[in-house]
Amino acid sequence: MLRIEYAYWLIAAFLFYTAWRNVRERQLWRAAFWALLGLLFAGGDLVLAEQKVGNVLPAQIAGGMVIALALLAPRLRRQAHPETASASARMTSAARLGHKLFVPALLIPLVTLLVALLGEHLSLGGLALFAKPQMTLTGLTLACVVALFAAARVAQAPLRQGVSEGRRLLDAIGWAALLPLLLAALGEVFTQSGVGAAISALAQMILPEGNAFMCLLVFALGMVLFTVIMGNAFAAFPVMMAGIGLPLLVQRYGASPAILGSMGMLCGYCGTLLTPMAADYNLVPAALLELRNPYGVIRAQAWSAAGIFVATFLIMWALVFR
Amino acid sequence: MNYWPLLGVAVIVIGFALRFNAVPVVVCAALVSGLLAGLHLPELLALLGKSFVSSRMLLLFVLTLPAIGLLEHAGLREHAQQWMGRLRGMTLARLLIGYLLVRELLAMLGLTGVAGAAQTVRPLLAPMSEAAAEKIHPELSDAERDEVRAVAAATDNIGRFFGEDVFIALGAVLLIQGFYAQHGIDLTPLSIALWALPTAIVAFVIQSVRVWLFQRRLQRRAQANRAGEEA
Repeated sequence: MLRIEYAYWLIAAFLFYTAWRNVRERQLWRAAFWALLGLLFAGGDLVLAEQKVGNVLPAQIAGGMVIALALLAPRLRRQAHPETASASARMTSAARLGHKLFVPALLIPLVTLLVALLGEHLSLGGLALFAKPQMTLTGLTLACVVALFAAARVAQAPLRQGVSEGRRLLDAIGWAALLPLLLAALGEVFTQSGVGAAISALAQMILPEGNAFMCLLVFALGMVLFTVIMGNAFAAFPVMMAGIGLPLLVQRYGASPAILGSMGMLCGYCGTLLTPMAADYNLVPAALLELRNPYGVIRAQAWSAAGIFVATFLIMWALVFR
Repeated sequence: MNYWPLLGVAVIVIGFALRFNAVPVVVCAALVSGLLAGLHLPELLALLGKSFVSSRMLLLFVLTLPAIGLLEHAGLREHAQQWMGRLRGMTLARLLIGYLLVRELLAMLGLTGVAGAAQTVRPLLAPMSEAAAEKIHPELSDAERDEVRAVAAATDNIGRFFGEDVFIALGAVLLIQGFYAQHGIDLTPLSIALWALPTAIVAFVIQSVRVWLFQRRLQRRAQANRAGEEA
């Protein structure tokens, strides 16, 4: 039976491989960072299992390792590894392979979707093929493996070159790969340490009692505002969810969690279009295109962002309390 | 009510504003809130460790990297760029709306990296848009030229942002799922991703209308110029 734990072991193996390659290239800080992360992935299930039976020591060690990752991250300079194929070689290959290049990439969402929809019914000799928890993500893992085989076939390259190219991309992403994971963890810490409760107490001071619409509006505008301030909807999400989304909208007013989460995040994305803090999307393109006004891209986006926000909010309001 | 843990939010705001490395900023914010909430260091470490390993699913995207890396090695990006290059010769609005559609669909399938400001906008979309705008209005001023480029970059951003949320393996959907899972609400990624579809459609329509209005504005200015010359 395929379980989500296998995915974590596979990731751990990939992280250890990346660390080992960095050791050989004398990039020791980088190697330590990926190795530490690999350990956290390999040992994660142990941490959770031990905590369930009351032994918090592994969790404390994991917490210490997270702090160590935070100390290592600033030492990872973002540096692009040189491409392994010359531009002309890639052009020739692109012309030769054409749309075939899209096939393995499309297999990733396709296989994932198939497993998500049909996984429950698949069994091998009476044994279910996929474990119930996190079936979609187990499907994604399988899809990635299938896609790697397909990519190797299309590109007529050995599998290990795929792993090596993957490592090149991972090193190019660097510490940024860790950010969504850390922000999700931050959401949990915020809830446990009462940040959410404090925000919802503040929100209730200004919100009229029993008015779900106003509450939703404050949540949506809060997502935009915090995203504008922090430049990142992922960072705004745990704050607004722990403060208003979960305790008030979901638990008090019975909002649908899936709709609230998805559309609330999209409200945040509208904020991303408006803020110079999201430099990668708004300032870097302005510089790349040699615009005289560094905020030219934001100006071109502003009315679209406003329109998309209003529409998303109205759709959310119409659907979320059903 | 103890309001001191809110300083954790302030740590993120200040840390991001000063452009410190985001990883230590986020970890600091967690430590500050926890300590101000009166947690002792051992409890706080355990909480941090447990929260981190419970969010591991958010790194699943790295498993896509070997396949994508291999395809890029074999020319995936170059092929996507050539493919988009076929939009050449269209009117400005059709070009930008066609690009928006392709970009959004690719992002929905998880292929966010094949296009972007550096990959497609600067080398392809911006010069093609300028050429298309010159056909409408031969004497583009510098400010108008900048505006055309900015609209091209904006179109790229909007296509990417509102497409990627529909793909289940990228950060947003998993972050939402992970947040709820830690609070005892189990959702499938698919159920979250589906609710991004309405906004994906709305974003496409709104940006298309704005691009079309932009083209009309350029046409009017060109007409006014010509009328001015004839008078």
